[in-house]
Amino acid sequence: MHLIVVGLSHKTAPIEIRERLAVPESRLGEALTRLCSYPGVKEGILLSTCNRVEVYSVVDDIEAGYGRIQEFLADTHLSLSSEQLTPHLYWHTGDRAIGHLFRVAASLDSMIIGESQILGQLKNSFEVALTHKTTGVIMNKVVKKAISVAKRVRTETKISEMAVSVSYAAVELAKKIFSNLHEKTVLLVGAGEMAKLAAKHLIAHGVGHVRITTRTPQHAVDLAAKFGGTAVPFDQFKDDMGSADIVLVSTGAAHYLVGAEDVHRAVEERMNRPMFLIDISVPRNIDPAVRHVDNAFLFDIDDLKHRVEQNRAERLQEAEKAEKMVLEEVTTTLDWMKSLEVTPTIVALRNRVDDMKRAEVDKVLARLPHLSPQDRELVETLASSIVNKLIHRTMVTLKTEVHSSSGPAFVEAARRFFSLDGQSPSVQQIETYTESPCCHTESSAESGAEAPDPETSTHKRAR
Amino acid sequence: MAAICFMITLVLYIVATVSFFSYSLRRSEALSNVSLGITAAGFASHTVALAARIAGASSSAPPSFSDALSFFSWMIVLVFLVVEFRHRIHVLGSFMVPLALASLISAAALPETVPTLQPVFKTLWFHVTLSMLGAVGFTVAFVAGVMYLIQDRFLKSKQFNVLYSKLPALDFLDHLNQQSIVLGFPLLTLGIVTGAISAQFARGSYVSWNPEQTWALVTWLFYFVVLLGRLTIGWRAKRAAYLTVIGFACVILTLVGVVLKGHSALS
Repeated sequence: MHLIVVGLSHKTAPIEIRERLAVPESRLGEALTRLCSYPGVKEGILLSTCNRVEVYSVVDDIEAGYGRIQEFLADTHLSLSSEQLTPHLYWHTGDRAIGHLFRVAASLDSMIIGESQILGQLKNSFEVALTHKTTGVIMNKVVKKAISVAKRVRTETKISEMAVSVSYAAVELAKKIFSNLHEKTVLLVGAGEMAKLAAKHLIAHGVGHVRITTRTPQHAVDLAAKFGGTAVPFDQFKDDMGSADIVLVSTGAAHYLVGAEDVHRAVEERMNRPMFLIDISVPRNIDPAVRHVDNAFLFDIDDLKHRVEQNRAERLQEAEKAEKMVLEEVTTTLDWMKSLEVTPTIVALRNRVDDMKRAEVDKVLARLPHLSPQDRELVETLASSIVNKLIHRTMVTLKTEVHSSSGPAFVEAARRFFSLDGQSPSVQQIETYTESPCCHTESSAESGAEAPDPETSTHKRAR
Repeated sequence: MAAICFMITLVLYIVATVSFFSYSLRRSEALSNVSLGITAAGFASHTVALAARIAGASSSAPPSFSDALSFFSWMIVLVFLVVEFRHRIHVLGSFMVPLALASLISAAALPETVPTLQPVFKTLWFHVTLSMLGAVGFTVAFVAGVMYLIQDRFLKSKQFNVLYSKLPALDFLDHLNQQSIVLGFPLLTLGIVTGAISAQFARGSYVSWNPEQTWALVTWLFYFVVLLGRLTIGWRAKRAAYLTVIGFACVILTLVGVVLKGHSALS
């Protein structure tokens, strides 16, 4: 059982390839079913976003698995050939595959590091896979882990806290002036795209009232209807500024529309309540002298861009912390995957029951000091045979199911039933075991078959 | 008991101060809970120390100035903890805890014998408690004012550093400033009235114009004007922040006046 990933992303493939490979959500289920119909592909999940198309899969053989998935990807679009695809693909297995998934989920591999959409997209893909039953023990565990790693990264680092777009930076700044945007009023002067976007963000963050003014009155009325606000005549907006907590200016005017004197008056009218002015226009529409007006905070497009640059740099710093977390989590996940291998489980199980048997036998023998050496041996044999009989079926099942798709589930179950976790056998033990894989169970089955007689006799004597 | 708890409190406040300082200078949020925990532990031990003092003191003895300062420090931490739990503004600790520590150190440095006033009636306890509560209100207003001025400076100069990211929104600080004065002012008024009544009983005159009383009246008048200005002609935001910083100087001078008078009374 090997976990592999084959895919391409914005880092390796141009949009022309990505858009052809992308699988729409409505066809995700069908694609997954097709994926799992390839021989040797046990589990699969398909992550398809505008920036990446990746297949995570559990396969019997790594090389064969790579081939199958590449074939699958090439088959998703008629115009794509395997040769066209190869230069853009990446292949990972084992810890690198797990690490890749964790990094993708935590948005460390995204175009904008720390963006939050990718986690939702991964959850979506996982749900589709669950509905179509194309995941099993390994995939379920690893994807769930990836989701929790992503959440951990988000809460323990500040990777997604800081605004990385100009319009969002405006919201971030507004929140440093007004703790609660709900009762606040924003005045939109002009209707540049970025200003509209910023207004949209502000409304999404709770700004209560929107007032809009543009040179064309009808345009203002239309926008007011769109944003659920009120239109203000353009020649009156300066008188209206006092009632606005946030003023967003972006017009095509080639001169200053708002002077320091206007802002000074507005602030006075507001009884010195702070006022936030954003000038997204180039050339600027608010006189830079406004900076000297107390309780008025003016930011122009460069200020906002500067803030965004700073935030990007901070996100990169946070990403380094996140990478460390991912490494830690990959290690624990790998440990878990190793525990799913049959051999260590059988050795651990053997050790566990032998320890239990030893303890019980010693306890009984200590209370029966009068037994002869032969009798003592009988007691030991009895204990061994009971133990061996009890675990015989488990051992056989583990070995026969090892190559079936439910193999890991059996191993996981055995580990839980016998509480084997935390009981990792030494390398030496595993090696000894692997050299003569069958000796334990086979011989114990035999001794178990011979056991009934001595068992009854020992009981009688003990009484 | 009281002395041991007092020492423990002092040590814990020192550690908390250092911890809060490094919290406000580092990007990581990790120290916030540690600092808060240490402060809370210090506060608990402070509470025990004060309770032990009160239990041990006889009601006729006047409260010593050292006790009053210790109570002042305790109240500051209490207010901080309340605001912290309601609004989760950890950085407030970087300002309030050092002030509480400074007050506690002054309490430790002053001889316990410096009385707040010559022993008179129980009204003296009211006078000391109310005046101190008023002073706590003005101290919080001062802290809010300082934080406001720092954040205002950061926003005006577009300096987005670590402290900027940790300081709360301007209007929150302005609101905190207002609330603290609105609560502190009536308390100080009552403190001055009870003080005057005590003085009348003790000396036969309401006011004797010693430094303490003079400064107390100046402080009262100052905050009266500040409050009036805020409520009527919009003395808020930056101006209010500056005014409360000046007002706090008056509070400190009043307290110094109390100590000087205590000393002169002893000698």
